[in-house]
Amino acid sequence: MAVCIAVIAKENYPLYIRSTPTENELKFHYMVHTSLDVVDEKISAMGKALVDQRELYLGLLYPTEDYKVYGYVTNSKVKFVMVVDSSNTALRDNEIRSMFRKLHNSYTDVMCNPFYNPGDRIQSRWALLPVSASSPVQVGPTSCVRSSPGGPYSCVRSSPAGPLITW
Amino acid sequence: MDASEEPLPPVIYTMENKPIVTCAGDQNLFTSVYPTLSQQLPREPMEWRRSYGRAPKMIHLESNFVQFKEELLPKEGNKALLTFPFLHIYWTECCDTEVYKATVKDDLTKWQNVLKAHSSVDWLIVIVENDAKKKNKTNILPRTSIVDKIRNDFCNKQSDRCVVLSDPLKDSSRTQESWNAFLTKLRTLLLMSFTKNLGKFEDDMRTLREKRTEPGWSFCEYFMVQEELAFVFEMLQQFEDALVQYDELDALFSQYVVNFGAGDGANWLTFFCQPVKSWNGLILRKPIDMEKRESIQRREATLLDLRSYLFSRQCTLLLFLQRPWEVAQRALELLHNCVQELKLLEVSVPPGALDCWVFLSCLEVLQRIEGCCDRAQIDSNIAHTVGLWSYATEKLKSLGYLCGLVSEKGPNSEDLNRTVDLLAGLGAERPETANTAQSPYKKLKEALSSVEAFEKHYLDLSHATIEMYTSIGRIRSAKFVGKDLAEFYMRKKAPQKAEIYLQGALKNYLAEGWALPITHTRKQLAECQKHLGQIENYLQTSSLLASDHHLTEEERKHFCQEILDFASQPSDNPGHKIVLPMQSFAQLRDLHFDPSNAVVHVGGVLCIEITMYSQMPVPVHVEQIVVNVHFSIEKNNYRKTAEWLTKHKTSNGIINFPPETAPFPVSQNSLPALELYEMFERSPSDNSLNTTGIICRNVHMLLRRQESSSSLEMPSGVALEEGAHVLRCSHVTLEPGANQITFRTQAKEPGTYTLRQLCASVGSVWFVLPHIYPIVQYDVYSQEPQLHVEPLADSLLAGIPQKVKFTVTTGHYTIKNGDSLQLSNAEAMLILCQAESRAMVYSNTREQSSDAALRIQSSDKVTSISLPVAPAYHVIEFELEVLSLPSAPALGGESDMLGMAEPHRKHKDKQKTGHCMVTTDHKVSIDCPWSIYSTVIALTFSVPFRTTHALLSSGTRKYVQVCVQNLSELDFQLSDSYLVDTSDSTDLQLVPLNTQSQQPIYSKQSVFFVWELKWTEEPPPSLHCRFSVGFSPASEEQLSISLKPYTYEFKVENFFTLYNVKAEIFPPSGMEYCRTGSLCSLEVLITRLSDLLEVDKDEALTESDEHFSTKLMYEVVDNSSNWAVCGKSCGVISMPVAARATHRVHMEVMPLFAGYLPLPDVRLFKYLPHHSAHSSQLDADSWIENDSLSVDKHGDDQPDSSSLKSRGSVHSACSSEHKGLPMPRLQALPAGQVFNSSSGTQVLVIPSQDDHVLEVSVT
Repeated sequence: MAVCIAVIAKENYPLYIRSTPTENELKFHYMVHTSLDVVDEKISAMGKALVDQRELYLGLLYPTEDYKVYGYVTNSKVKFVMVVDSSNTALRDNEIRSMFRKLHNSYTDVMCNPFYNPGDRIQSRWALLPVSASSPVQVGPTSCVRSSPGGPYSCVRSSPAGPLITW
Repeated sequence: MDASEEPLPPVIYTMENKPIVTCAGDQNLFTSVYPTLSQQLPREPMEWRRSYGRAPKMIHLESNFVQFKEELLPKEGNKALLTFPFLHIYWTECCDTEVYKATVKDDLTKWQNVLKAHSSVDWLIVIVENDAKKKNKTNILPRTSIVDKIRNDFCNKQSDRCVVLSDPLKDSSRTQESWNAFLTKLRTLLLMSFTKNLGKFEDDMRTLREKRTEPGWSFCEYFMVQEELAFVFEMLQQFEDALVQYDELDALFSQYVVNFGAGDGANWLTFFCQPVKSWNGLILRKPIDMEKRESIQRREATLLDLRSYLFSRQCTLLLFLQRPWEVAQRALELLHNCVQELKLLEVSVPPGALDCWVFLSCLEVLQRIEGCCDRAQIDSNIAHTVGLWSYATEKLKSLGYLCGLVSEKGPNSEDLNRTVDLLAGLGAERPETANTAQSPYKKLKEALSSVEAFEKHYLDLSHATIEMYTSIGRIRSAKFVGKDLAEFYMRKKAPQKAEIYLQGALKNYLAEGWALPITHTRKQLAECQKHLGQIENYLQTSSLLASDHHLTEEERKHFCQEILDFASQPSDNPGHKIVLPMQSFAQLRDLHFDPSNAVVHVGGVLCIEITMYSQMPVPVHVEQIVVNVHFSIEKNNYRKTAEWLTKHKTSNGIINFPPETAPFPVSQNSLPALELYEMFERSPSDNSLNTTGIICRNVHMLLRRQESSSSLEMPSGVALEEGAHVLRCSHVTLEPGANQITFRTQAKEPGTYTLRQLCASVGSVWFVLPHIYPIVQYDVYSQEPQLHVEPLADSLLAGIPQKVKFTVTTGHYTIKNGDSLQLSNAEAMLILCQAESRAMVYSNTREQSSDAALRIQSSDKVTSISLPVAPAYHVIEFELEVLSLPSAPALGGESDMLGMAEPHRKHKDKQKTGHCMVTTDHKVSIDCPWSIYSTVIALTFSVPFRTTHALLSSGTRKYVQVCVQNLSELDFQLSDSYLVDTSDSTDLQLVPLNTQSQQPIYSKQSVFFVWELKWTEEPPPSLHCRFSVGFSPASEEQLSISLKPYTYEFKVENFFTLYNVKAEIFPPSGMEYCRTGSLCSLEVLITRLSDLLEVDKDEALTESDEHFSTKLMYEVVDNSSNWAVCGKSCGVISMPVAARATHRVHMEVMPLFAGYLPLPDVRLFKYLPHHSAHSSQLDADSWIENDSLSVDKHGDDQPDSSSLKSRGSVHSACSSEHKGLPMPRLQALPAGQVFNSSSGTQVLVIPSQDDHVLEVSVT
């Protein structure tokens, strides 16, 4: 569904950025980074609104010929950016919103992980990806592993069978 | 369409279109009314209620009044709305029935019939009344009749279809009213007609739309129908509604394309899938692009044509609506969308054609917007337009690349062919822009014409875009465009221009920690730097890239090889070094000291093992790794002494370095956490706490300037420090990952060595870690040989064997065989030699190295202790037992309570214990082998006991009491107590009243011994006694040596009782008891007990007639304020010196309290006549002191200060006389000479009866 998902810290460094296909990773990194300009603009324009009336969804940030970049900002100023293929006409505003909501929930789950330090890069390759799947994905048990001795824990959901995500 | 069949008046699609209203009947009449009508009609708005729940609108109506013709009426099926007559008006001013019947009625009927034939129901008959006409024709019927007639004839149930307009050309209120009514009617009818006809039209249109799934349905046809509606709305100035029509068409078309993409193809859509042959961009300068419209009408339009036309209409309407920024936004969407749609529909597009189309369109939109906004508006809305600028730049860039305009050599023939094809697709320039110099068409043509022109246009656009992005704060976007520009410059072989853009972008990515863009940009920068020949920068970038895990192994190896290749090049300038920061090459992980406390003595060997984590993908041979060490001598700093260092500086010797966070330098805001540590500084002498506090170890991280942290990439002057002190390790191969490197150094000069820089040299390339943090130091010390002698216990006790610890710190001296300590013996201190004493040898770090037997040889004067062999910087420890002999006790006077010869109280002891021990210092001089000077050591021994004595009397019988108080913490066993008279007078006997010969004395407890004095003859005036008692520690087993007994010498003087004082209180006569407040009599009886004795011979003795008498002063004092002495409380009496001489004194005293009261004290003093020799010695104060002492000795309760004061005041009255005149003096009688036989007796005092006040004082 989405071709790239990024979670960006308050200070604008990427906490998590995954894209597919992976060979174009760099392009998406640039795209997401550039879209932060618009996110910043929208946030500062939104700053005047009352907190409880604030809409987290920022809408379309950055249309390009091939992709549409959507933005979402949490109350703690963590930004979610999602890149969607322009040719994917099935994705309307509502779908994007619901994807962001799922992403937000997944992010909240990550934050709840006691082994995760807020502000660290989110190590898990798959932690936030299920949100981008169109249908509920069956996930296997979550296991916490340390990538290196003394390194941070990362929680990995293993898929029971087959690829986890259908794009 | 029926255009060809009937010659219709050409519809001019301009803003001038107005709804058509036909006029029939009297044309002249209408012509006369027309100016007013056309002026008045739009003046007032009218509410237009809409069908389908659309919001009502206020609308200003205008009309195009045309003469009625039958041809104007639309035929069935005609969908043209613009030419549709919405209302038909018949004008007449007929007021004559005859005329009406003759002509007007027929004419009206004909008109009506025509209308009916076309089923048009929107009509109105206007009857204009003219007063002037009426007057002229008197025979006319009343006007109502004509109106009635017409209504009757034509307005069947629709009487409102006939209105009267009175005197339209006059200026009267009636005229005005009439006009208003007419205009209202006209507007109402017009709106009714709109509602009805547009509603019908819309219904038809919807019906047509519902048929869209049927085969043969044509989008173009439908397009024309709905556009007709849009035109009408536009005509009615309802631009919003008009825009809605186009937006609906847009959405419908988009949906078809999407469905087509999903496989649900509509036949008609294939028309739009024709290969793109023309890409001349949007045309927005005309309200309606008839050319495109006709092509749609003819169903010949391509997708781009349709989109272009649709957008041009939307643009026109949006500009009418004053929404130019929406145009920009929609334009961008449209352009993106078109590109997508062409892709989706698989329309074949020549390469570059779309780029041309997009480029032209972007510029067209921008120019169109610029054309209708002023500069300020444009400047404040850059955010809306910058996207188009950026898109145009992008497209021009890709065109440039496509047409070979970016390459160094210029376009080849293939490129030129392509360019020609592209230009052909542009067609000829449109006439409306032909005269514009900067038209998009001309720009594109020029840009594609030559390399130079392209460069100019591309740079213009890029710079404009960057500037715009920057001005609205979209720095990231600006940097991104800048990177494209850098790429362009690199292609053009102008790396010097590219560098600044790459650096700018890189800085931005670094600041925000975007790893992949950093890597990518660095790679570009590396290439750029290589071309520029910036060797140092290139190598630095290479080292960063070689350690970058986002690159492939091959790429990393390549960059690593670049560094190694350069390093291995024979340099023309051999001393030249390329200094690069270390962190990308390798990271310092940890450091390990051996010895672990990082303290080493001069000449000692120190090992420093560091772990370096090589970031390079391949093993790198490093010629040398050097640590620059800063050396500092901190003299007079206790912390740097050998004692402190060896004792206190204990750590595990491992220092961990925080991992470099270089690749993800999080934000400037997230500072590192405070590293706080407690700090205690203890006094060197007694280890007491001097200062304490909290130290923040990473202050330099927290307080550094924020700006500096952003310049992460810059080497920022990595300066090589040239120090005299270096640690070096040569020829090391650093494998990828962790490497252990060991530095070994022999300590030379004492001081503190701080590790400053770490350098690794690979050929002429030096990787430098400019600062090692946290601070790593090691200390080198030198130490003088020293001897310490200290008691093992808190304090040494005299009289019993005590252990003393000897510590020899060898320092730089090596103890050789035969070296010995020579102790000069002190007289009163023995060194007890024990056969099995052993010495321990430790290294300075307290590791035991050996132990050896100690040989001690004693001679008369000297004790020699031969030391075991020990190397330098070691410690020898052994213990010796010493015994302090009690020093020869000197005579203790009676006033001297303490029986030692050299009594001195140590201040410190006083604080520890209430009673302080008497101490003796023994000085021992020790000759050490390393010094020609003797070391003098003072050992202080404390006497564990304090002894006091007291003389006790019972009438004339005398007792000596000795109190031994144990002040030490030890328990002792006392044995064999003796009291001997040293003067050896034969007639004096000391009879011990002590029963036990062995007696324990516990810590802090006292033991009393009592002897009775017995004599046969006249006793001597003074008695010299020596008390001795054997003692040994109670707990210890049998001691090897016999201990000397403890002795105490004292003198007792004037112990013989001379006077007996007896006091008695009698109640007032007639009373049984004393009562408070009533005077009682006090009788004092002073009795001399002996005849003249030797002791009486003093100044007070007077002789007359063989009778001796002495002067005594008595004084009655009540210390406890129980009694009030009434009258004289003191007096001088002359006492005959003879046995049984008695003096009786009467006094009045008054009890102040009830109860058993002790008697007031009666004191006796010798009353001495004045003697010049004594008066200077004894002043009043000293006399009082003596007095108080004498009172103490009676064993009475200690006088409190208040009573002392009161007594003082009593005497001060007397003593004041002493000062001026030679006055007699008072001398206290020694305690032994007076016996107070009534001391301790009490008198019962009962309260007086009228005393109701009971005073209770609680203290």
